[in-house]
Amino acid sequence: MTDFKIHLLVCGGTNCRSSRSSILAEQLRAEIKNQGLDDYAQVVTTGCFGYCENGPVIKVIPDNTIYTQVRPEDAEEIVTNHIVKGRKVNRLLYKDPRTDKIIVDAREMETYKKQIRIALRNCGVIDPESIDEYIAKDGYTALGKVLTTMSPEEVIQIIKRSGLRGRGGAGFLTGLKWELTRQTPGKEKYVVCNADEGDPGAFMDRSILEGDPHSIIEAMAINGYCTGASQGLVYIRAEYPLAIDRLRKAIHQAQEYGMLGADIFSTGFDFDISLRFGAGAFVCGEETALIHSMEGGRGEPTMKPPFPSVKGFLGKPTNVNNVETFANVPAIINKGTEWFRSIGTEKSKGTKVFALAGKVNNVGLIEVPMGITLREVIFEIGGGIKNDKKFKGVQIGGPSGGCLTEKHLDVPIDYESLVDAGAMMGSGGMIIMDEDDCMVDVAKFFLDFTVDESCGKCTPCRIGNKRLHELLINITKGNGKEEDIERLINLGNVIKDTSLCMLGQSAPNPVLSILENFIEEYEAHIRDKKCPAGVCKDLMKYEIVAENCVGCTACARACPVGAITGERKEVHYIDQSLCIKCGACMDRCKFNAVIIN
Amino acid sequence: MNMEMVKLTIDKKEVEVPEGTTIYKAARKAGIEIPVLCYMDLGDLNIEHKPGGCRICVVEVEGRRNLAPSCSTEVYEGMKVHTHTIRVLNARQTVMELLLSDHPKDCLICPKSGNCDLQELAIKMGVREIHNQDIAEVSTYRTDFSPAIIRDMNKCIMCRRCETMCNELQTVGALSAINRGFMSVVAPAFEMDLEDSVCTYCGQCVAVCPTGALTEVDHTHRLIRDLSNPAKTVIVQTAPAVRAALGEEFGLPPGTLVTGKMVAALRRLGFKYVFDTDFSADLTIMEEGTELLDRLTKHLRGDKSVRLPILTSCCPGWVNFFEAQFTDMLDIPSTARSPQQMFGAIAKTYFADKIRVKRDNLIVVSIMPCLAKKYECTRDEFKVDGNPDVDYSISTRELAHLIKKANIEFNTLPDEDFDLPLGESTGAGVIFGATGGVIEAAIRTAYELYTNKKLPRIDFHELRGMDGIREAVIDFDGLSINIGIAHGLGNARKLLEDIRNGKNHYHAIEIMACPGGCIGGGGQPLHHGNFGILKKRMEAIYREDATKSIRKSHENPYIIKLYEEFLGKPMSERSHKLLHTHYVDKSKKIIYI
Amino acid sequence: MAKITNLEDLRKIRQKMQPETISGHTGKDAAKLIRIKVAMATCSIASGSRETLNYIVDELDKRNLEATVTQTGCMGYCYAEPTIEVTLPDREPVLFGYVDVKKADEIIEKYVKGGMLVDGIIPVNYKRIDE
Repeated sequence: MTDFKIHLLVCGGTNCRSSRSSILAEQLRAEIKNQGLDDYAQVVTTGCFGYCENGPVIKVIPDNTIYTQVRPEDAEEIVTNHIVKGRKVNRLLYKDPRTDKIIVDAREMETYKKQIRIALRNCGVIDPESIDEYIAKDGYTALGKVLTTMSPEEVIQIIKRSGLRGRGGAGFLTGLKWELTRQTPGKEKYVVCNADEGDPGAFMDRSILEGDPHSIIEAMAINGYCTGASQGLVYIRAEYPLAIDRLRKAIHQAQEYGMLGADIFSTGFDFDISLRFGAGAFVCGEETALIHSMEGGRGEPTMKPPFPSVKGFLGKPTNVNNVETFANVPAIINKGTEWFRSIGTEKSKGTKVFALAGKVNNVGLIEVPMGITLREVIFEIGGGIKNDKKFKGVQIGGPSGGCLTEKHLDVPIDYESLVDAGAMMGSGGMIIMDEDDCMVDVAKFFLDFTVDESCGKCTPCRIGNKRLHELLINITKGNGKEEDIERLINLGNVIKDTSLCMLGQSAPNPVLSILENFIEEYEAHIRDKKCPAGVCKDLMKYEIVAENCVGCTACARACPVGAITGERKEVHYIDQSLCIKCGACMDRCKFNAVIIN
Repeated sequence: MNMEMVKLTIDKKEVEVPEGTTIYKAARKAGIEIPVLCYMDLGDLNIEHKPGGCRICVVEVEGRRNLAPSCSTEVYEGMKVHTHTIRVLNARQTVMELLLSDHPKDCLICPKSGNCDLQELAIKMGVREIHNQDIAEVSTYRTDFSPAIIRDMNKCIMCRRCETMCNELQTVGALSAINRGFMSVVAPAFEMDLEDSVCTYCGQCVAVCPTGALTEVDHTHRLIRDLSNPAKTVIVQTAPAVRAALGEEFGLPPGTLVTGKMVAALRRLGFKYVFDTDFSADLTIMEEGTELLDRLTKHLRGDKSVRLPILTSCCPGWVNFFEAQFTDMLDIPSTARSPQQMFGAIAKTYFADKIRVKRDNLIVVSIMPCLAKKYECTRDEFKVDGNPDVDYSISTRELAHLIKKANIEFNTLPDEDFDLPLGESTGAGVIFGATGGVIEAAIRTAYELYTNKKLPRIDFHELRGMDGIREAVIDFDGLSINIGIAHGLGNARKLLEDIRNGKNHYHAIEIMACPGGCIGGGGQPLHHGNFGILKKRMEAIYREDATKSIRKSHENPYIIKLYEEFLGKPMSERSHKLLHTHYVDKSKKIIYI
Repeated sequence: MAKITNLEDLRKIRQKMQPETISGHTGKDAAKLIRIKVAMATCSIASGSRETLNYIVDELDKRNLEATVTQTGCMGYCYAEPTIEVTLPDREPVLFGYVDVKKADEIIEKYVKGGMLVDGIIPVNYKRIDE
């Protein structure tokens, strides 16, 4: 068994690679070989450490040293001093810019990590199908503590004081919601967990349910105790079979352990949970629509007030929280409000889970403290833009959110700042776009989604968003008119102003925020009939450059619609009225004679 | 109840209203009219339809992020509302334009033209341009023709009023919103035809539809063709409720009785004989009353083969309802046909023989407050060799159209009398038009037949009124008869479920599908849920009853003559053949989910 | 399973599961145990984690290596699925990404057997709340 004494972990994340980390790794290997340390030390490349601004990064095991901003030239010094002599290279150690303190041990680097996992604390850590493993991680202690030592009012005060806000959308103060439900008189009350995650590209709720289902069960039981409900319902989309399966198993285990059922912790408190399945309609994430769907009715929203806390499922007071919100609850009870309040900003406490997607290197599920900037998320945790392309925009809050740009990169991520910037927290989708994305097309894409997902109840959403969508289609086809921009703005604003629920009220957000930030792209489509990113097919033209064409006929033979004509050995011609812009001619041409205009 | 009062300002006017009041109602109190479209207030039915869907009624509330739908937003202390700021007007105009962008613009040939809420609002708001109509997709649906109601959902604006009527008021459950987003529309489940659904054709949906999306099947063109055919003898019967409401279409106040003018107008339209359904209502009482006494006597003797209560069967919407949804109780309703059908059966036999016209050449038309009657006369049970007893039925609204079309100055017409013999009726026949009337008429006759004594009083006020479910005990000379009355199918359902669960012990029950009975029928001039109008119509009905010299069906001389000359006696073999029917289990026909 | 009726019952279970969560109920010596966790969320499974899991279980058996293999939820590194975490005795857990069958073979052969790290390590880039 070859047991290396020392491992040098060299970051191979894209950002570090572009800072020559691969050359650095080679240099280190060569140096180790040079000094005859082959059997003693080994260089291993790794994924992103998440300190991209300080890359390339090297971690030395087992002494847990972290070197930052290492250049290939530093290889020799590291090997000579650190490996051979056991002396750390001080100048490469991380220095805290605020305190000038030099960080020697990687474990101290913890503090500099951008992510904190509260809601995701057990995801990827425990076996979600083992209640024992959950208990080993302090599972059900919060419930036990609450039931045996606290009054419902005390618990509500803790949740209120923690500053926890709903993680599903608008950010209503969770404790206040609990209090409202508690204060509404009624013998029969319900706790509902909203697991109808519908944003395109968002999957944090699914991940929590799949990775840590007991945390939701525990939080719902705590909520039941606080509000006076003995019945919990999880409204989950049927498209989440694994989450449903794990949740079912977890409920069963919790029942067997007496964590659900009658007389929990011998306190006389009864609580049980059953599942309700949704067909995955986006609008059913809206709590009144969700309740109608659970009741067997059409999934469409109704006016609030009355709020579900007052009149919800079957007309009874109902507390609806989403998965991520619930997942925070046991941690807050166990670790206290002060701890929770220490994370985040003044008005937005704790963390938020995001599904990072799009043109970013490290797509994935991240949990960051409120107040972190978009720059940190995209360029450090996300490892920057793929293929060194230029960052263009980020869609936050799913189709209901807005598109933010370069100038917003230092906006702190919290409820208010995002709204001020023209986006919203939403459920936590974050889609990054680069220079290859056409923003008009992006707006069209998101609107396409909301038009599809509108329930059809109110006029502005049912017809207005459709009309908005038609205008965008028309613009991307090159038929836009100058006055369309004004029309988009007016229509968009009226839809926001008059729609019944948040789906409609927020559907024009992508269109409007892109209009605000990328007006020149709209203008290019409308005035110049051009798509700067080369995405909108109708605005592209395949043309043959006469000088390059040798008349080989390859393109004409490849064209599936016979749009290309020309005699052998003569210049060919593309009939634009027939061309379907499939690009087959361009692929086939060996003489670079086919170009996109 | 201890109601807190709330003070607010609307357009700077101070208003004080009870807590829980909506902005819309508070504004009305302040004399400020906010335009509404999907909203419908059926106050007397305890139904306030305020889905907040159309968004026409939006107003600005200070401190609120977005505009508030005034129909469904409750006021609060210190609220400051503005109903016509530029922001509000722009939003309203844009929403209206959106509605019109997905609505056909063939108003000139729409049956609702001139009586369309959308049209009226469009006129008021003066929408002159629909932006980008050239690229706007329009949602289109197949038109659904049933024997009574036509659904042209291209004209649906998703106000959902019909759904409220069908589901909340009537509990029929034929209509609900289907599809999503732009293609959302109100339809029977799976977009099946109305004819294959549980629809009873009560027509309450048609009565509240703000556009031409739901309309009745129009038979006036057919009538004009028949009237102009010299080979045909065209006769007409008019239902009791028509005379109490027709005048409203000509600007007369609700509750004006226009019996004489109606008869005159019908004569001028070219009907050879103008008869009265009230006559056959008397006939219905003879048959149904006798059946009641027969079942009652058997029941009192302990005959287990008869079931009580007996239920009235003159309302075709109600018949459709129990045939589809209470199929385990098909043996309870009276087998007596409705007055419309009794009239047809007698007209095409007894009367046709009298005037020596062949059945095929006699056209029997009915004027009804009802849309279900259009369906009823097409039922196979009411045909002889394919020829229907009643050829077709037209509604009160259609008759008004026809009179206007024929350029008849209705209000200056002289009062004329019905023709004989099928035009003679009693007060008992008249009150069929209001809820409770059929059972009152039946009691007037049954009492005398059962006790062989003269009724001590004719007016049974305990049976009258507008409460959805009513009950009374009538003393039959020592025998207490328990009566139940329901109008509106939702109330009927409650009564039927109680019967099914053995909860109540009535001897006889009268049920009418429409609120108020026939006076509130689906074919009547639109009352917009105003029970004040219905009450006026009801008063008119009882007024006509009170002025009649004969007020008991069995004393109608022409009914007596009809039995002598033709039928023999009630429940005779011929009566059974011509005047009774059987019920069909329609649950099999109806496609259930 | 007996019902938990008070906080003491809960504590007992927690203790039984400590200090090493996984080894607790196997009764094996925690200090000598090799532990492998495989992320098994929907997206992991879609990326092939089930094959990886099955392969690891089979191969450990074939190669006579004593280790516990368990499933866990999403580790968050979607770009590098399937992901696994290997904990050797007395060492920090190490996370590997892109673990297809071939990579799993390399990890077993080099790291599990020989303690030699291989390329493809994903540094844990988040703070935990329970440590």
